[in-house]
Amino acid sequence: MVRSRTLLILPFVLAAAGGASAADAPRGASSCTGCHTSRAGIEDALASLKGRKASEIAEAMLAFKEGGKPATVMNRIAKGFSDAEITAMADWFAEQQP
Amino acid sequence: MTSAKRISAKTMPTKTMPTRTMPAGTMRLTRRSVLAGALASTICAPAIAQNAPRVVVIGGGFAGAGFARALKRLANNTNVTLVETHRTFTACPFSNHVIAGLRELSAQQFTYEKVAADGVTMAFEPAIAVDAGSRTVTLRSGTPLMYDRLVIAPGIGFNWSALPGYDEAASKIMPHAWHAGEQTELLRRQLEAMEDGGTVLMAVPDNPMRCPPGAYERASLIAWYLKTKKPRSKIIVLDAKDQFSMQRLFQNAWKALYPGQIEWISLSNGGKINSVDAKTRSLIGDFDTYKGTVINVIPPQRAGTIAQIAGVTDRTGWCPVDPITFESKIAPNVHVLGDATLVGTMPKSAFGAFAQAQICAAAIARLLANATPDRPKLINTCYSMAAPDYGISVAGVYQPVGNDYLEVEGAGGNSPLDAPQATRALEAKYAHGLFNTLTGETFG
Repeated sequence: MVRSRTLLILPFVLAAAGGASAADAPRGASSCTGCHTSRAGIEDALASLKGRKASEIAEAMLAFKEGGKPATVMNRIAKGFSDAEITAMADWFAEQQP
Repeated sequence: MTSAKRISAKTMPTKTMPTRTMPAGTMRLTRRSVLAGALASTICAPAIAQNAPRVVVIGGGFAGAGFARALKRLANNTNVTLVETHRTFTACPFSNHVIAGLRELSAQQFTYEKVAADGVTMAFEPAIAVDAGSRTVTLRSGTPLMYDRLVIAPGIGFNWSALPGYDEAASKIMPHAWHAGEQTELLRRQLEAMEDGGTVLMAVPDNPMRCPPGAYERASLIAWYLKTKKPRSKIIVLDAKDQFSMQRLFQNAWKALYPGQIEWISLSNGGKINSVDAKTRSLIGDFDTYKGTVINVIPPQRAGTIAQIAGVTDRTGWCPVDPITFESKIAPNVHVLGDATLVGTMPKSAFGAFAQAQICAAAIARLLANATPDRPKLINTCYSMAAPDYGISVAGVYQPVGNDYLEVEGAGGNSPLDAPQATRALEAKYAHGLFNTLTGETFG
């Protein structure tokens, strides 16, 4: 009986682990792939953020937010995020496989 | 139960998981075979456990297909079934380019091979019933699909009764072209057949509507077509609104690019169309009856039909949802995404639908793992074209506040009014990039 109970629990442990990784994308990050894709061969796509240096992403976002970097739309979007949210997004993208 | 056998409750491995259907031909499971399946699934990671959570998605657009792929990526152990009537998806963004002869309809069309390759089970037939009590979706063939979570993403339906005289038959004479496909090509052919000197009429409804700036992009690109090919013709936009999305940007562009060729008649000036007469090709407003050579009627809208059938619409005809999980405020375990929802002031857009899908997939992955979903932030970006090389945009960042979504103050807004042509050209390029990226992420 002990054995079968263990077998029953395992899939749910795995499911929980899968769910936890889902939560890793920090606030706001999941919208970015609408324009910034990591898929190959997409015409006129903007640069992928995955695997970029966290400092590079964070500095760009902060500059967009402060109006210190020329932009079309990113200046309007960056203003919607706190510095802490920007740091969290930058760190997360840096950890993703490009 | 015609094509599937049900596992009886007694053989279910836990009390918490509801009864679910099995593929045709599956043997009735004994407790031992369920245990063996569970064991196999823990050893062979890619194998799907017999007791994997089941998520059914109705509607294979940017919201539904985007959600299905995102959930498989986040919680690969989940059985995801995508129910979609059509084997080919025809995208609305850039369909105004097709109308103006700038693009072929085939460039708008996508199939579901890559979605299926991600492990999503495709069911190419309409869903005809949803029973939230027994958590069952019924397909037209009679096949029942059991779910732990249902996602409804049907896009818009037309509220035909709100515009007397306009129905499917009338739409063959005065196309709406607000579902991309045959209607898009019909409107294009009518414009091509029109003699120079003709008048194009557009009737535009009040909000909420799919793609609020889309009607004005359409007017712009039709004007571009007329200026290029039929310079003595004009277009009149009859509007049920006094204000519209990116209004000053559009009107400045119209003045600069198409002087005298676009006329916009607002609600206050009698622009609201109350009924139509397809026989006489007339649009009837409060003060005037308008006649045109080519007539595009964009009818009032509501959530797609299956949302009505599932009972997740409210008195507005749209679907109220929880801002964190997109779970229906009316039916538990049913989530609604995309144009069918009312999500604060967020415009109904492909980008918004895709962004919502990512948030909802993360939330459902958490819920299936008995974890609490995070508070999200959503971004929306909509590009419109005033001419092929003249792009403008509206952006917004949204977050849950109480029971609703509100725009983050100080962020978002429209392209600047005084931008140089180089900026407009750059935004036009980014619009193409957005389309290619969104369709690539969803279908590619």
